[in-house]
Amino acid sequence: MAFDKAEAKSVITTPIFDNNPIALQVLGICSALAVTGKMDKAFVMSLALTTVCAMSNLLISLIRNHIPSSIRIIVQMTIIASLVIVVDQVLKAYAYEIAKELSVFVGLIITNCIVMGRAEAYAMKNGPGMSFLDGLGNGLGYSALLMSVAFIRELFGSGSLFGYTILEPLKDGGWYQTNGLLVLPPSAFFIIGLLIWALRAWKKDQVEAA
Amino acid sequence: MEAYISLFVRAVFIENLALSAFLGMCTFLAVSKKVQTAMGLGVAVIVVQAITVPVNNLLFNYILKEGALSWAGLSEVDLSFLGLICYIGVIAAIVQILEMTLDKFFPALFNALGIFLPLITVNCAILGGTLFMVERDYQFGEAVVYGVGSGFGWALAIVALAGIREKMKYSDVPDGLRGLGITFVTVGLMALGFMSFTGVQL
Repeated sequence: MAFDKAEAKSVITTPIFDNNPIALQVLGICSALAVTGKMDKAFVMSLALTTVCAMSNLLISLIRNHIPSSIRIIVQMTIIASLVIVVDQVLKAYAYEIAKELSVFVGLIITNCIVMGRAEAYAMKNGPGMSFLDGLGNGLGYSALLMSVAFIRELFGSGSLFGYTILEPLKDGGWYQTNGLLVLPPSAFFIIGLLIWALRAWKKDQVEAA
Repeated sequence: MEAYISLFVRAVFIENLALSAFLGMCTFLAVSKKVQTAMGLGVAVIVVQAITVPVNNLLFNYILKEGALSWAGLSEVDLSFLGLICYIGVIAAIVQILEMTLDKFFPALFNALGIFLPLITVNCAILGGTLFMVERDYQFGEAVVYGVGSGFGWALAIVALAGIREKMKYSDVPDGLRGLGITFVTVGLMALGFMSFTGVQL
């Protein structure tokens, strides 16, 4: 197939800043909020979502000409659900502790609108190669936001990154007074809200009309 | 009876799907600009949740769970890994059936809920409710109460948010924060409010 390098690059990088799935398209928020308390959880979640998103785009794109449009949603759903089951079983086998902490959120990748949204908006119209890259790009855009929220929450909330202590907390004899609010889930809302503000201050064209 | 009431209250307030488990956020943020539409979506979620959670509960207890197939003589079969695909299938099918039934017998209700029903299939609150039900191993009665309660809690949250957003039209929000940004901050504050229920013992 014709493979344009410049286009491929833009397909991957646009979703990270210019058209971030969470910050601009308002997709896949649920998991972004619930799993960002710790970096390792966020990392596993990003990995799982990127895999599912890229693979589902690839598979759906491969059979896009054979899917009757009246039942496309259920076909997409079945493909995505099968992929999620695979990811879920792999996580349970090799990273049981984290899989247990993520609890229902791995399963909820099925209804994560990013995956469905990309399948519907991109993979149904484009070739498999580009669709794969598009899925990858959107997965990375999601991961970028997820990881930055998790970074802020874990570093300032409990003074560590990936479970390693960076800022010695007061209660262990260190100097850092941990910010308890950041450990609580609602803080994710404030952080994402502020990140969106920062992103829009940087890229003015994303500001919403009043 | 008391256990059911306390389960209901817990599902509505303490474990509110939207504000403490953060499920169904996409639609929660997208369809909360007007109280009227928020109310419509809320009712649709209650109805679908009240049907899908008990149905998935039956499915889990009598077909998928380890040893659940013993009535068919297959007592060692464990199909729980097929859970996700079955639940989502059930949800999609029920939404579809509900849509057709409403269209045929209650056209007025169909017109009010119509556009929201397809959205509900991909609403994580619905699948999330089912998954929580499975994870906590609810019995059938509990599943019914939990389904109604969690749907009601979600509806309550979206109507409240829509109310706040309607008022927000009159405030002067900084450019970059306008729209999505300020909505996030509002929901954050609401979630903090709902956290005050956490310690409540029933």
